[in-house]
Order: sequence, then C-alpha cells, then structure tokens
Amino acid sequence: MFCIHAKGQTVLIFMGSKLKYARETDRLIQITNLSKIYHTPHQDILALDDVSLSVRRGEVFGIIGLSGAGKSTLIRCINMLEKPTRGSIMVDGQDLNALKQRELRQARQKIGMIFQQFNLLSSRNVFDNVMFPLEIAHIPPQQAQQRVAELLELVGITDKARVYPDQLSGGQKQRVGIARALANDPKILLSDEATSALDPDTTRSILKLLKDINSQLGLTILLITHDMNVIKQICDRVAVINESRIVEVGDVISIFSKPGTPTSQSFISSIINKDAPDEYISNLINRHSGSYSCLVRVSFIGASAGEPVISSMIKRHGIDANILYGNIDRVKDVPFGNLTLELIGDREAVRQSMEFLKDSGLEVEVMA
Amino acid sequence: MITAQITGWASSLMGISLGADMAWVWEKVLQATWETLYMVAIATGLSYVFGLPLGVILVTTEEGHILESKGLNRVLGTFINAVRSIPFIIFLILVIPFTRLVVGTSIGTVASMVPLTLAAIPFVARMVETSLKEIDWGLIEAALSMGASAWQVIIKVLLPEARASIVLGVAITTINLVGYSAMAGIVGGGGLGTLAYYYGYQRYEDLIMWVTVIVLIAFVQCVQMAGDKWAGKITNQRR
Repeated sequence: MFCIHAKGQTVLIFMGSKLKYARETDRLIQITNLSKIYHTPHQDILALDDVSLSVRRGEVFGIIGLSGAGKSTLIRCINMLEKPTRGSIMVDGQDLNALKQRELRQARQKIGMIFQQFNLLSSRNVFDNVMFPLEIAHIPPQQAQQRVAELLELVGITDKARVYPDQLSGGQKQRVGIARALANDPKILLSDEATSALDPDTTRSILKLLKDINSQLGLTILLITHDMNVIKQICDRVAVINESRIVEVGDVISIFSKPGTPTSQSFISSIINKDAPDEYISNLINRHSGSYSCLVRVSFIGASAGEPVISSMIKRHGIDANILYGNIDRVKDVPFGNLTLELIGDREAVRQSMEFLKDSGLEVEVMA
Repeated sequence: MITAQITGWASSLMGISLGADMAWVWEKVLQATWETLYMVAIATGLSYVFGLPLGVILVTTEEGHILESKGLNRVLGTFINAVRSIPFIIFLILVIPFTRLVVGTSIGTVASMVPLTLAAIPFVARMVETSLKEIDWGLIEAALSMGASAWQVIIKVLLPEARASIVLGVAITTINLVGYSAMAGIVGGGGLGTLAYYYGYQRYEDLIMWVTVIVLIAFVQCVQMAGDKWAGKITNQRR
C-alpha cells in the first residue's frame, strides 16, 4: 500500500487491487494513539491502549466490543466527557485537546449524543427536553420553538410534545433523545448503546430511524454496541475492540465474510451460524472413506448469490456435491451467505471444481 | 373555631374546669404561636438562602463532578460537620455575642432568628446535598455533552430535577426549626417555647403546657402534609 499526494488534498491509496479515492477532509473524526488510564488508589487501569481510528464524513461507523472492552470510554473521549491520557482527537480538523473550556462547550454543541438510558430530564416534557440544547446554545425562543417542532416531526413524536418522559415507552424516549441530539445541527451523532435497553422490534425501528437520518441528512454516526445485529443492520464500517485495543477495522461486509481475529469471529458466530455441527461432519467423512471426498466452505457476497454456480459445477466437472449446510443473510443491503459442501468424485475433478468456484467469484475454503 | 375545639377537648381531657382564665390562655397561646411561626418561617427562608448554595457547592466540588475542587469540598464538609456536632442549646449560647452584634440584643424573637438560621444552614446544606445526589449522573453527562456550562447544569438540571426532594427537605427543616425554637424559647427567645417554659414548667400551669403541645403537634402535621402534597404535585405532574 502506498500513497501519492496530488492536487491539493487528494490522496490516492492503492489497497490490493482496489483503488480508493479519499479526501483528507473526509476524515471527520481522527483519533491518533489515544490512551486512557484511570488512576485508582490501588492500581492504574488501562482503559484504552494506543487506539487509532478514523471516521469518514457521512458514514455509519460501529465500534463493537464486550462490556469492559473500553468502547464506552472511547466514545466519551470523542466529546471529551473523558479526558484522554495521551493521544489526540481531531473532529472536523479541530484538535479537541487544545480547546479552552468555552471553545470545547461550543464544539460539543456540534457533537450530538444519545444514550442507552436515554437521559431525558424528568422535570421537562418532551417539547422542553428537545428545547434544552437550544437553550444551552442561546438560540432565541421563537426560532428554537420552530426548530423543536421540526425535530419532533422528523422523529415522529409530534403528538407527544406535552407529555413527560415517565409516560413514554423506551422507543419513544429514544426518539426524543435523537431529536434532542439533532437540535443544534451536529456534524456527528455519537450513539452510546442506544438500542441496548430496547426490545428487538423497537431496536429495529430506532435503527431504521438512525439509518434514515444518516442518508437523508448525511449525518455521520459513530455508535458503540455489543450487539452484532446493530452492526449488521446499519454500519458501513466497523472496528472491533478487545481488552482496550482495536483489533480489527474494516468494511462490515468484509469483516463478516472474513473475520481476521478470534474476537470478530465470536461476534459474528453470535448471530450467524457458519457451520454445520461438528459430529455431523465427522460422521459424513467416515462414511465416504472409499472414494475421494473433500469438505469445502463456499462464501458468496452480493450478486453471485443469484447465479446457479453449484449446478453448473456439477454438470461441467461430473462430480457429486452434497450440501451439508447453508445460510444466507443480509449485511446492510448486501446479500451474504455461505454453504458447506462435500465434493465427491475423482481427485482431479474435485480440484478443478474448486478452481471453477473460485473463478466464479466465490470464496472457497477447504475444511477437510 | 378549630382551635376552640382543640382547647375544649384538651381541657375536658384533663378535667379542668374552664372559666375566665380561658380567654387569657388563648391570648397567650395565640401570640406565642404567631411568634413561633414568624421566627421559624424567617429562619427557614434565610437558612435556604445560604444553605442551598452551600449544598450545591458540596455536591459539585466533589471529585469527578462539574466543579471538582477537593480542597474546598473538604474544608466545607469539615466546617459543616463541626457546626452540626454542637448541640443546639450550647450553640445558642455560643453565638450570643454574634447575635448581639447583628440584632443588638440576645433576647426576643428577632434575636432567636440568628442562632436558628445559623444552626439550620449546615443542616440545609446536607439536605440539599442528599437531594442533588439522587440525580442520575447520566443526566449531567447528557447536559455536558450538549455543551452546557457548570452553571447551566446547576440551574437547568440539578435544581429542577431535585425539586420534589428539596421541597420535602424544606418541610423537614421547618419541623426541626420548630423544635429548635422551643429551645431558644427557654433562654428568652419568645414563642411557644418561652410560654411553655415560664408557665408550664416554672408555674405548673398544666393547661398552657398541654395547649402548647397540641398546637405544636398540629403545626408539625400541617407542615409535613403541606410538604408531602407539594412534592407529590411536582412528581405527579411528570407522570
């Protein structure tokens, strides 16, 4: 991989065979060598260990990790609710570490945040809760009221304007939270486990709302979660955090199809079964001890899911294919699946069949 | 009318025949009640003027809070504990020079307000502290994430969110001050305390003693009920 600086801020990055254009200004959040240490009387706790990440303008970026992995500290460093011990945080070209208190407060107005526990003020009704950030920013009342009305419309809770948070369901509370976070036209929305306290149906509707906001307003969203479903449904890119370190970063689809670390694998297997049960497979292998057989896992992404590749292979190479396990899923909007096949026949024919599958654009992995 | 009933009930309870001195008892009790009310109300009000900000400072200067200042927090905490550990009856005598300085005398209702207020301030500060600590840190964090200043957090989050709890604190403070005011009465502070002490204790006038007790019970009940009702109204409005 190498970079060429050309024409102002345009940088060409060659990654494998793919050519990507990325403008430097497209990195809305740039985290460099961030570490956070909590000092307690008995010991120092390393919550973040040399984390570097960049989030592009307009994308939905997910950070997934188990509880205690450091994701909560990481998202709080982005609006300086937690002060980094080392390292820098640049948001839209502004170094947050270098800001004075007043400047930081102004910068925070442009970084919206939503929370797992919603954190709505129980002393204010829905309308006044959404009004709150506008009061903080000293927006004139008339203008602010108009803005609140628009926001309530956007998140679909106009009818609840005069209701107090205690009377709302979890999903409605989070909608208020989202409206409040959007009030000052932020550049980024930080989501701290925003759907973790919600049931699956409500989670889906809140994720859909976030996705709509991302595509309609072009708002960049950075979310943390422990739920791979959230990543699967709305994220463009994902970072996997484990024991205070980022262990893997990439497009969601490529992490799903080829997880590079045990942590990612276990997150993915938490929602997608990739394999048939082990005993089942070992029984099968013993059964065919006479003729040559080979166990392969075939993964497909996107368009090839629609073509009759397996049947062409059987016809062309004259072998038998025993389908042991199959699964198809959708990651963001791309179909994504895998198939465990037993290929039975002549050793050479089996080898050629595997070549054929690879040539058809599938991932082939020999299991036994 | 209610008070007439109470006295009627009280005297029949004790088997005392009531004659012309009933009117005299009434006059005394009424005046003393008024003095107590006046003394306690002003002292409660003044103690909140100083105690509320102190309570806010106690909470917000804690480690990790919005105005973290360990030194100030420790000094203030120690001072408050020191004042609170002095029994009121002793405190009353201890502050006499200060009372004279402020009011010009150490006797009477107005003079009593000084020790009452001074003793109630640290109490109020602790009550307010407890109320503010009930607030979920998430709310403060949310406000900070929107760019709120420490002042905005105090005015728009801490105090409004703790309103119901603070109101209950006012009721408790008032009731405490009624008790304190009786002690002040013994050293010439006026009000029901003085009445009960001079007539009830020194002259064995049981009637006055009992009437005083009943008035006090009624008063405390009323204050607590009013506090509960007010706090309930705040909470119910949100449901």
